[in-house]
Amino acid sequence: MTHTQNSAAPAPHVMPVSTYLLVFLALMCGTALTVAAAYVDLGWANNAVALAIAIAKSTLVVLYFMHVKENTRLIPAVIFSGLFMLLILFVNLLADYGTRGWLGVEGR
Amino acid sequence: MTTSPNPAPSLEAPRTHYLNAAYGLRSWLFTRDHKRIALLYLVSVSVFFALGGLMAVLIRMELATPDGDLFQPDIYNRLFTMHGVLMIFFFLIPGIPAVLGNFLIPLMIGAKDLAFPRINLLSWYLYTAGGLFTLWALLHGGVDTGWTFYTPLSTNYVNTSVLTVGVGIFIAGFSSILTGLNFVITIHRMRAPGLTWFRLPLFVWGHYATSIIQILGTPVIAITILMIAAERTLHIGFFDPKLGGDPVLFQHLFWFYSHPAVYIMILPAMGVVSELVATFARKPIFGYRFVAFASIGIAVLGFLVWGHHMFVAGESIYAGVVFSVLSMLVAVPSAIKVFNWTATLYKGSISWDTPMLYALGFIGLFTIGGLTGVMLATLGIDAHVHDTYFIIAHFHYIMVGGAIMGYLGGLHFWWPKITGRLYPVFWSKLSALVIFIGFNVTFFPQFILGYLGMPRRYHSYPPEFQVLNVMSSAGATVLGLGYLMPLVYFVWSMRYGPRATANPWGATGLEWQTTSPPPVENFTVRPVVTAPPYTYASAPAGKEAADVG
Amino acid sequence: MSVETHGASDLAHHFDSYEQQKESATLGMWTFLVTEILFFGGLFAAYSLYRSLYPEAFRAASHTLDIRLGALNTAVLIGSSLTMALAVRGGQIGKPKVTFGMLLATLALGSTFLGVKAIEYADKFHHHHVPGALFHFEGPDAVHAQLFFSLYFGMTGLHALHMIIGVAILAGMLRPALRGAWTPRNHNFLEGMGLYWHFVDLVWIFLFPLLYLIGRHH
Repeated sequence: MTHTQNSAAPAPHVMPVSTYLLVFLALMCGTALTVAAAYVDLGWANNAVALAIAIAKSTLVVLYFMHVKENTRLIPAVIFSGLFMLLILFVNLLADYGTRGWLGVEGR
Repeated sequence: MTTSPNPAPSLEAPRTHYLNAAYGLRSWLFTRDHKRIALLYLVSVSVFFALGGLMAVLIRMELATPDGDLFQPDIYNRLFTMHGVLMIFFFLIPGIPAVLGNFLIPLMIGAKDLAFPRINLLSWYLYTAGGLFTLWALLHGGVDTGWTFYTPLSTNYVNTSVLTVGVGIFIAGFSSILTGLNFVITIHRMRAPGLTWFRLPLFVWGHYATSIIQILGTPVIAITILMIAAERTLHIGFFDPKLGGDPVLFQHLFWFYSHPAVYIMILPAMGVVSELVATFARKPIFGYRFVAFASIGIAVLGFLVWGHHMFVAGESIYAGVVFSVLSMLVAVPSAIKVFNWTATLYKGSISWDTPMLYALGFIGLFTIGGLTGVMLATLGIDAHVHDTYFIIAHFHYIMVGGAIMGYLGGLHFWWPKITGRLYPVFWSKLSALVIFIGFNVTFFPQFILGYLGMPRRYHSYPPEFQVLNVMSSAGATVLGLGYLMPLVYFVWSMRYGPRATANPWGATGLEWQTTSPPPVENFTVRPVVTAPPYTYASAPAGKEAADVG
Repeated sequence: MSVETHGASDLAHHFDSYEQQKESATLGMWTFLVTEILFFGGLFAAYSLYRSLYPEAFRAASHTLDIRLGALNTAVLIGSSLTMALAVRGGQIGKPKVTFGMLLATLALGSTFLGVKAIEYADKFHHHHVPGALFHFEGPDAVHAQLFFSLYFGMTGLHALHMIIGVAILAGMLRPALRGAWTPRNHNFLEGMGLYWHFVDLVWIFLFPLLYLIGRHH
């Protein structure tokens, strides 16, 4: 919390245009890479690679386009609390369906 | 909590305050003052409470006799469904946060308003719009799926207003999200100088934890309602086995929100009780940090336990065991709170004012509700009493005995601050007593009924259950009278009650450092906080003070 | 995102400083986006469950999607994110014309995305791949292929709805942009809109591989 006077406006930190262009290029390369990787048979790893590229791309967007790199640490905390809840939803949901057959008893 | 020696503002009843600063309907409907919005919520929430209560009266009338002689079964189905929908989504969830939280959080943290005043007003309009949709559905026959909207019943089989009520809940959900969002940003960014996190009143901690659940849980029920709507209207299947889906997925998504929603109802009430116990025992809360972190602990753990609603729904037995253990873990932070309130009472100088009576009622009833919750978290017991009146009794002890007692206790505590008027002592104490007795006579017999095997959601039952059901219906009559009493004397007090001083209870807390009712800008002098909360004069300045510092 | 204006000042009456106002707006917008994550999260959870249960049906159904249109739309959306970031930058440095031009470009790219999406949807109707009474699918597990299309329409439909809302807001921002409504001192609304637009891009970054690229090597 800050209690500076009204006149003290924060000077926003401005990223250079070149940074944005580089991020844009990286995102386009990532898109090409994810399409190319889909046509290579990697077995179970196909999914993992596709998701890893998507996560890398979204990290770039979040850090640069969405300015999280320059924000307070509270913003990453907010983001991770949301992702953590999503993880809880996925893990508990899939844990139920994944262990359905383990008991070997019909209907359990 | 004390203010630094500013030039002391006059604490006599002010000539202009937020209630008389502007007149006319427009000044209320377009207000951005959090205090006025809280009063708008108070009125609308009370209307829905009355409607939901009316449904409860009709249900108990039907159940006074074993035969289904008052209502047809499909009418009875609509009654208990609309009772649940109105009470949960339109009274209990918005209740304490939108009324008391809205009014008090900016006052308690020394801010002029919430961070987003216009969004605060928007959330009231969304709530009202959602409520109107639900009322419109009610006039067209209501819904008969139960408040849980289980598929495929809700998507394939019933011909009642599932969509209209669904839209109502969807819209009201956004109101809830926006309220939670506003509180979180306000608590993070708008605190008065010197008001560190561990100097916050526990009421604020409770609302912070509540807001986390509102923000993270509500969107999931919103998307689930959209999926129901898509399946019901467009036959875009998600849950219907005929369309390839799985109804149990609906239950997972539904309870991912709807179980934590229980903590949306109870956590603010716990915050209220912490304030009341400290004030009327004249002691700092025992183990302040434990109580504060227990709120966050309940909010987080609350997201891990939803599977205990599905033990007999075909859920994997292994997942069931994990959900069972996690559910029991929630008892730990809950018990921390109860024990710490008890320890605060120990050797306190207790005064038996009306709010304290409600708070003590809360502690006892919440304990019963919580302990039966641990019983229900046990797989074997749950298989036995699932869908019986034992469940009904359990969650009414939490929601009515807990949340509503907390809500009424809070209203009685802050009423002088909100209106600047005092209410009659005798009648208010009597109301606390009548509600406590009426509540127990209503719901304790239902534990026995459920244990004996009476299922929920039927309009008739075998004759041997009649004695306990008549007790329950008689208790409900007493309870209903108990709820009418505050309505009468609160309305009376607004016009005829004696004027309240700025701090009639001698309580700490920033909200008591401004006039009653507060001015539009809340404080004439910006407060500066230099001490932890609950620094009561009679407090032993030993271990406890060190603990909270 | 909401900013109270009080008299001539663009600092709302209940804030002490521009910094407090800006931090509140940013935190508020991010908290809103977290609710959006969980809003889409319900559909992603359903997708994960059903794909793990019926991998073959999902693969067969996914193969009917046009990967070229999907990739094109991904590129269009990434491009619009770039222009949106530059529009916000125009606000930061106080160049109304840059902001205006870049918002216009973002608007055009967003509309392009929606146009391509409309072509894809029309194709689904043409091939009876829309869930419902007329659904028809040549394959071993048509019921669960239909489930894939339910999720496809659910997820891309919700995403497209967010795009439509975004495009509408962008259209409304053009005049204020030219007027210089966003200054280095207070461009909170512009910044919030930028966050929203990038978030919609993020969702698509995940939707593209999950819907279009299942088992393409077969």
